[in-house]
Parts: sequence; structure tokens; C-alpha cells
Amino acid sequence: MSDDLIKTIFGRLTLDSFPIHEPILVGTFAVVALGGIALLGALTYFKLWRYLWTEWFTSVDHKKIGIMYIVLALVMLMRGFADAIMMRLQQALAFNGSEGYLNAHHYDQVFTAHGVIMIFFVAMPFVTGLMNYVVPLQIGARDVSFPFLNNFSFWMTVAGAVTVMASLFVGEFARTGWLAMAPLSGLDYSPDVGVDYYIWALQIAGVGTLLSGVNLIATIVKMRAPGMGLMKMPIFTWSALVTNVLIVAAFPVLTAVLAMLSLDRYVGTNFFTNTGGGNPMMYVNMIWIWGHPEVYILILPAFGVFSEVVSTFSGKRLFGYTSMVYALIVICILSYLVWLHHFFTMGSGASVNSFFGITTMIISIPTGAKIFNWLFTMYRGRIRFELPMMWSVAFMLTFVIGGMTGVMLAVPPADFQFHNSLFLVAHFHNVIIGGVLFGMFAGVNYWWPKAFGFKLDKFWGTISFWCWVVGFWVAFTPLYILGLMGVTRRLRVFDDPSLHIWFIIAGVGAAIIAAGIGAMLMQFYVSIRDREKLRDTTGDPWNGRTLEWATSSPPPAYNFAFTPVIHDLDAWHHMKSKKAARPTEGFRAIHMPKNTGAGVILAGLSLVFGLAMIWYIWWLAAVAFVALLATAIGHTFNYDRDFHIPVEDVIASEDIRTRQLQTAEV
Amino acid sequence: MSAHDNPPVHSHEHGHEHGHGHHAHDDHGGAAHGTRKGYWTGFILSVLLTAPAFALVMTGVIADARITAGIVTALAAVQIIVHMVYFLHMNSKSENGWTLLALIFTVIIVVIAIAGSLWVMYNMNVNMMPGMHAEMTSGGM
Amino acid sequence: MATTTPTAAAGEPPAYYDLDEHPHPPGGSTMLGFWLYLMSDCLIFAMLFAAYGVYGGSLAGGPGPRELFDLPLVAINTTMLLLSSITYGFAMIATDEKRQSAVLGWLGVTALFGLAFLAIELYEFSHLIHEGAGPQRSAFLSAFFTLVGTHGLHVTFGLIWLAVLVVQVMRRGLIADNVRRLQCLSMFWHFLDVVWIGVFTFVYLLGVLR
Repeated sequence: MSDDLIKTIFGRLTLDSFPIHEPILVGTFAVVALGGIALLGALTYFKLWRYLWTEWFTSVDHKKIGIMYIVLALVMLMRGFADAIMMRLQQALAFNGSEGYLNAHHYDQVFTAHGVIMIFFVAMPFVTGLMNYVVPLQIGARDVSFPFLNNFSFWMTVAGAVTVMASLFVGEFARTGWLAMAPLSGLDYSPDVGVDYYIWALQIAGVGTLLSGVNLIATIVKMRAPGMGLMKMPIFTWSALVTNVLIVAAFPVLTAVLAMLSLDRYVGTNFFTNTGGGNPMMYVNMIWIWGHPEVYILILPAFGVFSEVVSTFSGKRLFGYTSMVYALIVICILSYLVWLHHFFTMGSGASVNSFFGITTMIISIPTGAKIFNWLFTMYRGRIRFELPMMWSVAFMLTFVIGGMTGVMLAVPPADFQFHNSLFLVAHFHNVIIGGVLFGMFAGVNYWWPKAFGFKLDKFWGTISFWCWVVGFWVAFTPLYILGLMGVTRRLRVFDDPSLHIWFIIAGVGAAIIAAGIGAMLMQFYVSIRDREKLRDTTGDPWNGRTLEWATSSPPPAYNFAFTPVIHDLDAWHHMKSKKAARPTEGFRAIHMPKNTGAGVILAGLSLVFGLAMIWYIWWLAAVAFVALLATAIGHTFNYDRDFHIPVEDVIASEDIRTRQLQTAEV
Repeated sequence: MSAHDNPPVHSHEHGHEHGHGHHAHDDHGGAAHGTRKGYWTGFILSVLLTAPAFALVMTGVIADARITAGIVTALAAVQIIVHMVYFLHMNSKSENGWTLLALIFTVIIVVIAIAGSLWVMYNMNVNMMPGMHAEMTSGGM
Repeated sequence: MATTTPTAAAGEPPAYYDLDEHPHPPGGSTMLGFWLYLMSDCLIFAMLFAAYGVYGGSLAGGPGPRELFDLPLVAINTTMLLLSSITYGFAMIATDEKRQSAVLGWLGVTALFGLAFLAIELYEFSHLIHEGAGPQRSAFLSAFFTLVGTHGLHVTFGLIWLAVLVVQVMRRGLIADNVRRLQCLSMFWHFLDVVWIGVFTFVYLLGVLR
């Protein structure tokens, strides 16, 4: 075959694209491949494919989609954490003339992949998954507004994650840092496929994120149970509403910026180039217009979890519910007014820097108010230190420090010292691990019994908790110190031997966190093994206050046989206090959406399209695009999208619930 | 938002969109309709707003370009509102005001993003590239 | 709150479950959801406008708006889009009146105006590229082509969608699902008008004034 033909068929994909000369990658590939084969073999052996396909992959049930999101987040957490361990090890080794064990080409990919994966494929799916699972239950709805779209959104997120994972073994990932700043990400300085992997992974996943944002807003606005006015909405639902408003208003900005970057790379436009009138600073400006709201997209759902958890485990109504809601709304607007604090040093001058410094300090006020609200909720409460509550307390202690270092960074003159240093790295890990991740862990421990019908094991949970909290501080305190000494981020080797000890301590911290992750996996395993012992038949193991605890654990597909009617904030608590009787007869058939495989197919085609674009395989990109369009149009010709759960099935599952409640009382 | 704080509880109704009974539950929860008169009004108004904008710029009647620019911008702003009202049927009632609320929020974010970007980038050019700035604005910014 | 008493008669205990629930009409959230999508699209355009605003003067020694823009052509194009707007409006009125053939007729007319708009825009683009003023020439032209081209792409997808809807209305008539889709496309189409107002004002008219 002629070279031209090969190029037409395979684009720029050649045998050299496979990193066979990198022993670490080959080893990883071997492990992943063997593990993958083992998994696929097991699924085939146990004949699970049909079950997975019909019950999970094609499911439009918000609960199953939520769980799949969280599984994705946990899987990607392993990948992202592996990157973290590699960096810590490299930085702990690369002293006294040692080059460490990672070459620059590999190391730069590792820190980029770590950031991208942790934000887009761990934190985002975690947050989206939790909102997906909990919000419809909390508002007494049977599903989200657009169940098919929900399934499609999830698979688009998966397609994005698969794209990132593919870069590990075919080609390379971006070497630009997690925001792919121009002009480094332009074709002149990054001619290889790395940045293209980055762009297409985020664009594909971004479609899913945006659509799930639209979906959840519509759900919260339109599907609340009768009587649930806005100010009677559970606070987690409120934070989900604000989060999704932020998603819908922020992710298009990222889409637009990445589209312009792609045009620079594919078409040769001059948006962010150094020549032709382009301006790389515009990239920085625009990506942070998305980037700052993104921070709140991640943290607000965690705040919502803490609000629910603190209120439940203190046995009290949330202190200052109204102020919590207004704090959320204020944060929603203000988060669009602070983006420049990410680049004070770019040189927009004193007036611009002052404005954004002041808005940044202002936005810490509603956040601080929330901390006080949680403290006052605990004050004189009958606190039960179950696992979710432990995570919440650890969050408050950790997050306050992270918030305060944030205010330090908000002072423009000080930022000229801290900018791009390890101080910054310590700060945002402090708020993202101490805020988002702790929040998600609190959420998982809190809602696990709802999702699966049994509690998580407390012994291993406690070990995991202490490893995470202690490990976090051991790993990141040294980075604060190093940052104050002026050490910049993303360095691969060091000359100054006096810094060595801090990197070793940080490495030890990372190892402790690794133990925490191990303990968490152990906790899941032990809990599943001992599920009969940990079983909860009441559906309300924590004496909860909101509607999700009003139904069985796990809830039936239709969530509520009869839609609850809301009279008060903390609706379930109110119903319990009034001894509202659960109806046991008069059930009806329930109207539900049908499962569909269209989401999986569309996302799969998007994945093919993305990979073809990355490798310049134009014919495949064209084919995939046409197929995508045809499938989407074909799907709209399917008008038969719902069915009724027959009344006998409803009666059967509600009778089981009745018996369970009777045994629970005995 | 306080208007939505306490929607009435109808034990027979689910949510607010059907709060007025079942007369209009066929397909569009509260979306407004257009009338022939409404579309014509919108069309005529938009012609009356578009034509002068083009005429002003193409003929250059007003010598001062800044005044022309101001008028053209104002005409565009009015025309956008006309389209919103007569073609997109935007009003405070549709979807219980949620569409209008979403629109207002979007406008705020759009203004912040565009004005902010221009402000930030203008100041940066002035501070970091004074020479190029003079060259760039010589055409009259 | 004390004000929210259920419809149960006074003295009876309040209802905690809705025992007589009526089936939910499907698609009750569609219009709101689609509107939210449009708002997000609006932000994509906002960033493209911001880029055009920032790069408007970055000619890199190349041609500027005054040399390049052909205002009479833009005026014709604007007319096409405005006409397509009102014809779509007539299609919606026919939808309300359940006159299927009128709906299809007006949709066809709308498609023709939309195609005319696209044809003129493509002519303009090819003309510019032939003159050596393609998107690669300068940041100004990159921003111009991207902003106007993105709008054109939206119109293209609108036309594809319109064609699909024509087939669906012919096959199934004006059933509730199809009416809802016609309403969504209506919002999409009129939203593109609004964006075009921004384009002809800020890109073309103010560009020439610069």
C-alpha cells in the first residue's frame, strides 16, 4: 500500500503511536488488559451481559444512572490517584542529581491527566451522580424531567472518560496542565495528539454535563411534590438547583473556548496564537470565566450534603435555612464576578485587580455564613457521630483553613508571590479534597443505605476516614510550606536539597491517603459481604428528615406509590411527627418511561467521532458524524417511549414494604 | 422569587404547572401562544427597527460615527426585546415566570462575560503592550 | 406554613399522600428544558461576541471590516431571516388551528428563506476567502468567521430539524408530540433571529463604523 493510502485510512495513527518504549505504560497496559479480560470473562461466565444491558446500561431510572455515575467516579478516582502517587514519588526521588523515574514527557502528561481526571471525571460525575440519585427522591418525583436525556448524558460522560483513558495507551495525553493554556496548547508548541485528546474528551463529556444540568433544573422546577414551595425544598435540592444553574451558564463558555482552540489547531485560525493578531491571554480570560463557576459547581452540592447530614445527625432543623438559600443565590451570581483572581499576575493593572480581589473576598462571606449555620445547627443538638457526620466535622475543620488560604490568595499583591506556587496547589487541594471529596464521601455513607438497603460498615469506614483526614494534612501541609518558600508547581526535579524532606513527608501523606482508599474499598467489600447484618428494613436508618427516607430502601422503580403532599420544610420529619399513615391500598398503575439503548449508541458514535478527529482519520469522522445524526433523527421517530407499571406489580412491591415495616417495628 | 414561595396545595394536582386545572394540559405546560396580529406587529416593528439601522450606516447621514453607533446599538436592543415579546412570546406568566427568570439571569451573565472580557483585555493591552495598543486603537476604537 | 392548607375540609386531618393522582401529561417540562438549552447556547454566542469584541481591531496588517463587508448583501440576508421568522410564525398559528397542510406549506416557505439565507452567507464567505481574507488571515477574521459561521451552522441544523419535522407531521399529523417539537423549533428559529440582530449590529454595522 502506498503511504498516501495508509495516511488516508489511518490519519496520523502509526505504529509509533503506541508507547511500547515506555516500560511503565506497557506494564500498566498489561495489568489493565489482563484485568479487563478477567472482568469481561467473568461477566460472560456469569451471564451478566444481558442483565447489565437491560437493567443498567439502557436504564432511564435516575437512581440507577446516579449509581453508575458514582461507580464511574470511583473508578476514575483510582486512575487519578495513581497519577497523584506517581507525582509524589517522582518529586520525592528527584533530588541530589537524581532525575527520578519519570521522564519529562511522561511526567507532564501525568500532572495534566491527574488534574483533568480528578475534576472532570471524578468530581463532576460524583456530584452529578449524587444529585441524580437524591434530588428526584427529595422532591417526591418519580424520575427526572427527561429520563432518556439523563441516560444519554451519563454515557457521554463515560465516552469522555474513555477518551482520556485511551490516550494512556494510544498516543499521549496533553502536556499542558489541566487547563491547556495557550499558546502552549496551540499547534506550534503541542503538535501531537495530546491536546486533541484533551479537547475531545472535554467536549464530549461537556455535552453530557450540560444536558444533565438542563435536566435537573427542569426536574426541580417542574416536578416537585404538591405543596413543596421553593422555600420548603430540602437544602440539598436547593444546592442542586443552584449548581445546575451554574452548569448551564458556565459549561457553554468552556465549549466555546475549546472550540476556538480546536479551530486554531485544526483550521489555522488566530485566536490564541502569538502571531496574526491572536492573543493567548484571551484564552486564559475565557477559560476562567468557566473555571471559577466550576469551582462552585463542585462545592455547592457538597455544601448541600453537609447541610442534610448535620441537620439529620444533630436531630435538629437546619439552622438558618433561609440564609442558606440566599447564600447559595448570592454565590451563584458572585461566582461569575471573580474569575480574574486566577490571573492577577497577567497585568491588567491595579484597578482591575482590585475589583476582582474585592469580589473574591466578598464571596467568602456567604460561604463563611454557611459554616456558622452548620455550627449553630450542631449547637445543643443531640449529635450522633455516625460516618457521614464525622466526614462533615472533618470538612468544617479542613475547609475553613482552605478557605482562609483562599482569601490570602485573593489579595493581589500577595498573589504575586503565591501565584503558580505549591501554596496554590495546597490551597485548592485543601478545598477540593476537604470540601468536595469529603462531601461526596459523607454523601455516599449517608445515602448508601437508601440505595442498597444496608448500611456501610463502620469499622472500615472509620479507618478510611482517619487515613484520609490525617493523610490529607500530612500530604498538603508541606506543600503550603514549600509554596511559601517560593517553590513553583509542576516541577519534575529539584536542586535545593533542603527541600527534600518536605517532599518526602508529602509522599508519606499520599501513602496514608492510599491506605484510606484501600480501607474504603475494604469497607464496600465488607459491607456487601455482611449485608444481612447491616440490613435496614425501615427505609429510614438515620431518622432522616427529608422525603427520600419516606420510601423503602432501595426505593421501587417508581419511587413513591403515592406522591407525598408537603406541608412543611423537612417534610418526612413532619410526616413522622404527625404520624401520617402510609396508604396500603388503592394503588394504581404507574406511568413510567421505557428503557432505551439509544443513549449508549449515540455516546459510542460520539466516542468514535472524537477519536477519529484526534487522529485525523477524516473519513471515519465523517462516517461517525453522519451516523450520529442519523441515529439521533431515527430516535425522534420512536414515539413509543413509555409504559405503565401494572397495578399488581405495584401492590406486590408495596406489600413487601408493608411487611418490612412490620418486622422493623418488632 | 417570593411569589413562588407558597404555591397552593391541590391534592388532585401535581406540581404547579397544572395548578389551574386540566384545561390546557395537552402538551405545553403554560407556554404562551402567538396570534397572527402579534406576529405581524413583531414583523413590522422589526422592519421599522432594522431598516433605519442599515440606512444610518450605509448613508452616513450623521457625521459622528459614535452617535451613529449609539443609535444603532439602541435600535438593536429594542429589536431584541421586540423579538422576545412577539416571536418568542416572552412574558412573566409563561412557565410561571421561570423562562423570564432564566432569561434575566442569562442576560446578566452575558453582560458580565462580554463587558468583563473587554475591560480585562483592554486594560491588559494598555498595561502590557502600550506600543501595540496605540497601533491597535489608531483606527478609532 | 400555616397558609398552605390542603383542600381537605377544615377539621379533617391534612392529606400526606396524593391518593387520587392524575396521570402526568408527558413532556410538561419540555418547553422549559428547551428554553434552558437555548440560554446555554446564548452563552456560547456571548463568548464568540466577546472574542469578536476583543479581536475586532486585531487586523494583523490585513483587511478590515470597512474593506470587506458588503452591507447591501447583509441587508438582503437580514430580510431573508426576518421573512423566515414570520412565516414560521404562520406555521405555528396554523398548528394552533390544526390545519396540517397549511403548517407544511408554511414550513416549506420558511425552509426556502432559510436556504436563501445560507446561500447568501456561503457566497459571502467564499467571496472573502477568494479575496485572501479567510479565517486564517487575522484574529479579526478568525473571530468574524467563527461567530457568523456558528450562527450559520445553527441555521443549518434548524433546517435539518425542520425537514425531519415535515416528515414527522406528514406521517403522524399534528399529534401532541409533534406540536411540542414544532414549538421547540419555533423557539430555536426565533432565537437565531435574536442572535442575528446582535450579529448584524455588532459585527457588520458597528464594524463598518469602526
